[in-house]
Amino acid sequence: MTNKTVLHAKHLEAGAKMVDFHGWEMPINYGSQIEEHHAVRTDAGMFDVSHMTIVDIQGEDAKPFLRRLVINDVAKLQDAGKALYTGMCNEQGGVIDDLIVYFYTDTEYRLVVNSATREKDLAWINKQAADFQVTVTERPEFAMIAVQGPQAKAKVATLLDAEQTAAVDGMKPFFSVQAGDLFIATTGYTGENGYEIALPEAKAADFWQQLLDAGVKPAGLGARDTLRLEAGMNLYGLDMDESVSPLAANMAWTISWEPEDRNFIGREVLAEQRAAGDQPKLVGLVLTEKGVLRSGLKVVTEHGEGTITSGTFSPTLGHSIAMARVPRAVQPGDTVQVEMRKKLVDVEVIKPSFVRNGKKVF
Amino acid sequence: MSNIPSELKYASSHEWVRNEGDGTVTVGITEHAQELLGDMVFVELPEVGDQVSTGDDVAVAESVKAASDIYAPVSGEIVEVNEDLEDSPELVNSDAFGDGWMFRIKLDDAGELDALLDAEGYQNVVDEE
Repeated sequence: MTNKTVLHAKHLEAGAKMVDFHGWEMPINYGSQIEEHHAVRTDAGMFDVSHMTIVDIQGEDAKPFLRRLVINDVAKLQDAGKALYTGMCNEQGGVIDDLIVYFYTDTEYRLVVNSATREKDLAWINKQAADFQVTVTERPEFAMIAVQGPQAKAKVATLLDAEQTAAVDGMKPFFSVQAGDLFIATTGYTGENGYEIALPEAKAADFWQQLLDAGVKPAGLGARDTLRLEAGMNLYGLDMDESVSPLAANMAWTISWEPEDRNFIGREVLAEQRAAGDQPKLVGLVLTEKGVLRSGLKVVTEHGEGTITSGTFSPTLGHSIAMARVPRAVQPGDTVQVEMRKKLVDVEVIKPSFVRNGKKVF
Repeated sequence: MSNIPSELKYASSHEWVRNEGDGTVTVGITEHAQELLGDMVFVELPEVGDQVSTGDDVAVAESVKAASDIYAPVSGEIVEVNEDLEDSPELVNSDAFGDGWMFRIKLDDAGELDALLDAEGYQNVVDEE
């Protein structure tokens, strides 16, 4: 059975090519994914992300529950609306999913998790919640639209009423606010400014149309992937999964080791791995010659072999980029080789971040 | 439904062939093929002067999605390649049967053209995918 978002008809209207994405019929592009990519980098684009899973966590134990569930520490969140990127791990320290936690009060949080992992995430969250005084409520009645790009906020501003305008005024990155019908967050998956907006399904098609009329270009999953990869953001299932430690997925910064007595799930194993220093690491690769680095290709280094986890052609840079899991001794600045079409090709190792706010960052 | 011009010949591996009437043919990939591949990012072409045989992989069309081999639909000598594709690979997407052409072959044997598909035959290939 294929799920459709409430914006399905709007995608067809806009000439989308639809594909199956983990059980959801979603737009891969509306003609040219490269043009959609550039629209986000230079102006404003929008993505239907209604397939993503919103889960509200409420109750007197909400805070201790999340301090156990995720590897970052939600106790760091002090300001209402503040967002935190993190992961949740199993007892073996493998990544079950990456997610964003939004904080309201110590008894009210919102999680946004991946759609491809929805069932196992909900099962895991509910299983862990059994020992806590919390309610776990999925919110499928919301559609979600990500509006991203240097002009995204200005274009969204033309659609907001006075109350909403006041609510988003001066909002910092990684915050959220509920304003009228709109849940507006300054988060995204592109490396550009913008919003992710959740709203009741019944209002979504009109809102999408108003964004179109304001000059926001629809962008599909193809552009979403090239944008997130340029921004050095992980994609669950490619860059990490349950067999991968967050230490091997450029997610060490999302682990909060202090305080030492916070017993988050996976802590014991991750602490051992950290002390041993033997986990591989996720780096960026740059190929300036012709050719495209692709997921699964072998990486050859003097310290041993690695694998490309995500690779693509970077429309902003005009050449190929990739993320690869390699032995920890490999350093930014090293030259390593990738086996492409039976040939070994030299590529440069960098930190896994390529483009931010429209500009090359390496 | 993608366009399949009736005046061209086709290979089942999605190349089109235009008989120029001077002993040469022009070769590209079909509109259907470019739709499957998505936005083109690099096209690697053969060298002028290369001798190619039917079925040889002579070029590579690399798109955002995949790298795809392009096969010689007939035997002969490469006499010209579309150098515009070096800087503008997107011509393959925007004009697959025109400005997105890839190379020209001087035929060893004009009889080989008869073995290629006509538009109807190629439509059947597309329909069966």
